[in-house]
Amino acid sequence: MFSSEIITMLLEGIRDTVYMTVASTFFGYVIGLPMGICLTVTGKDGLKPNAAVYRVLDVISNIVRSIPFLILLILLIPFTRFVVGKSYGSTATIVPLIICAAPYIARLVESSLNEVDKGVVEAAKSMGANNFQIVMHVLLVEGRTSIITGATIAMGTILGYSAMAGTVGGGGLGDIAVRYGYYRWQTDIMIITVILIILLFQLFQNVGMKIASKLDKR
Amino acid sequence: MALIELQNVCKEFTQDDLKIQALNDINLSIEENDIYGIIGMSGAGKSTLVRCLNYLEKPTSGTVIVDGEKLGALSEKELRDKRGSIAMIFQHFNLLMQKTVIDNVMFPLKIKGVKKAEAKAKAMEYLKTVGLEDKAKAYPSQLSGGQKQRVAIARALACNPKILLCDEATSALDPQTTESILSLLKEINENTGITIVIITHQMSVVETICNKVAIIDNGNLVETGLVADVFANPKSIAAKKLIFGNSEEEMQSYKHIEDIPEKGKTVRIVFSENSSFEPVVADLILQFNMPVNILYANTKNVGGIAKGDMVITLPEDEHTQVDMIQFLRNKGLEVQEVSK
Repeated sequence: MFSSEIITMLLEGIRDTVYMTVASTFFGYVIGLPMGICLTVTGKDGLKPNAAVYRVLDVISNIVRSIPFLILLILLIPFTRFVVGKSYGSTATIVPLIICAAPYIARLVESSLNEVDKGVVEAAKSMGANNFQIVMHVLLVEGRTSIITGATIAMGTILGYSAMAGTVGGGGLGDIAVRYGYYRWQTDIMIITVILIILLFQLFQNVGMKIASKLDKR
Repeated sequence: MALIELQNVCKEFTQDDLKIQALNDINLSIEENDIYGIIGMSGAGKSTLVRCLNYLEKPTSGTVIVDGEKLGALSEKELRDKRGSIAMIFQHFNLLMQKTVIDNVMFPLKIKGVKKAEAKAKAMEYLKTVGLEDKAKAYPSQLSGGQKQRVAIARALACNPKILLCDEATSALDPQTTESILSLLKEINENTGITIVIITHQMSVVETICNKVAIIDNGNLVETGLVADVFANPKSIAAKKLIFGNSEEEMQSYKHIEDIPEKGKTVRIVFSENSSFEPVVADLILQFNMPVNILYANTKNVGGIAKGDMVITLPEDEHTQVDMIQFLRNKGLEVQEVSK
């Protein structure tokens, strides 16, 4: 049906999309997880309430989340060029993806950790655990399932955003869909890419949920 | 000096500019080896009180001295170390649901930095104490409520504490399981000499294992003493309420019995020193060969002594009434006339 060139292009598209999604999710968590922990710990009912720190993190996270991704992508072009040396291609797309995803991830982590039974935290306190130990051995352990479910949601969202990056030459399946489907009117290729994106999304979703339920001992 | 000393402890909560006095000038001494019951209705402040004993709640004012150290004078770090000798178990067990039973018991040891192999050996030993060594690899969700509380007890014992605080530890359990948990606590108390403080709203818990009791009502400590003394002769209304198990409305009800019969004389008799096994009312009827009507009765056997009161209507004949009242007084009962 398609020439081998187009098939190769689609395979590369899949590779680039998976690369962008996985790398952005990973680095998103490198920033978002500590940020989410900070939000939980400094929150009103947290281990060490600190209104100032909480407010700053809260505002940052709300500002970033309220900017549409496409605009953020363009706004961040100088920064991206500074970090990776160029402003197009899949590696360049990862930079704005991380910046966009981190606060979103922080929120997900915060709500996961806040779900952890306060009684268990109290029990740990009564044993003489310090706040660091409570975060490491109670919050992150008891909130594990919820955090992984959150990661699955985050990954799905990042996958969607990575497709948007196609409009600025970001690479991946979204890029192919825009170039062939939109600029060249090749609807068949566009439909194929859309189906591939849906399949990838399903794959991430299923794997994530499987891991989460496997690790849940409740 | 007592193992635990509370001096003028007050605790105030502020909620939406509304001040709530949870504890009001509490003074309490708990001696080593005691099983001390602190009993009160829900909302009386008992959970706040027990949390003052390990400073999970810091009192607004007053002093808490545990084993010679003022908790208020300790630094955060010292306080955390101190908590290692004050273990606590909870109504809802508060186990780590994502960790196995053995990991749960090892948890306090891990916090203290005990080496893994040593912690594991210790944890197994305590699981044996509570009779759950075969459940080491299970997860809490696979256990019954009683078993979960046993795990919590093993976890509490892991650090070899001097004091065990129990916050409504049996309130979520059925009566049989409650009994088995209580006898386990008693056994541990006898074997290790650990001091146990039990917070509960169930009189039966105090009756079963405590040697001393404090009654807390609305943030105030209204009565303290040996269980036998307090139960035999409760002075405060709160104590009477708890011991006789009747609500305030019920306490008042004999005063408002609406249908006090027109004929005869209605009196309230109060039992306080009669043997539970002495059939006072039946004897009265046999003696006079006249019927007596019981309008209201609430008595309880407390350590072989009948406690409580009854409202009875005596026959019409005034002469018989006087004799009957005399008979009851001679039996050691208090007799009060109930007005219509």
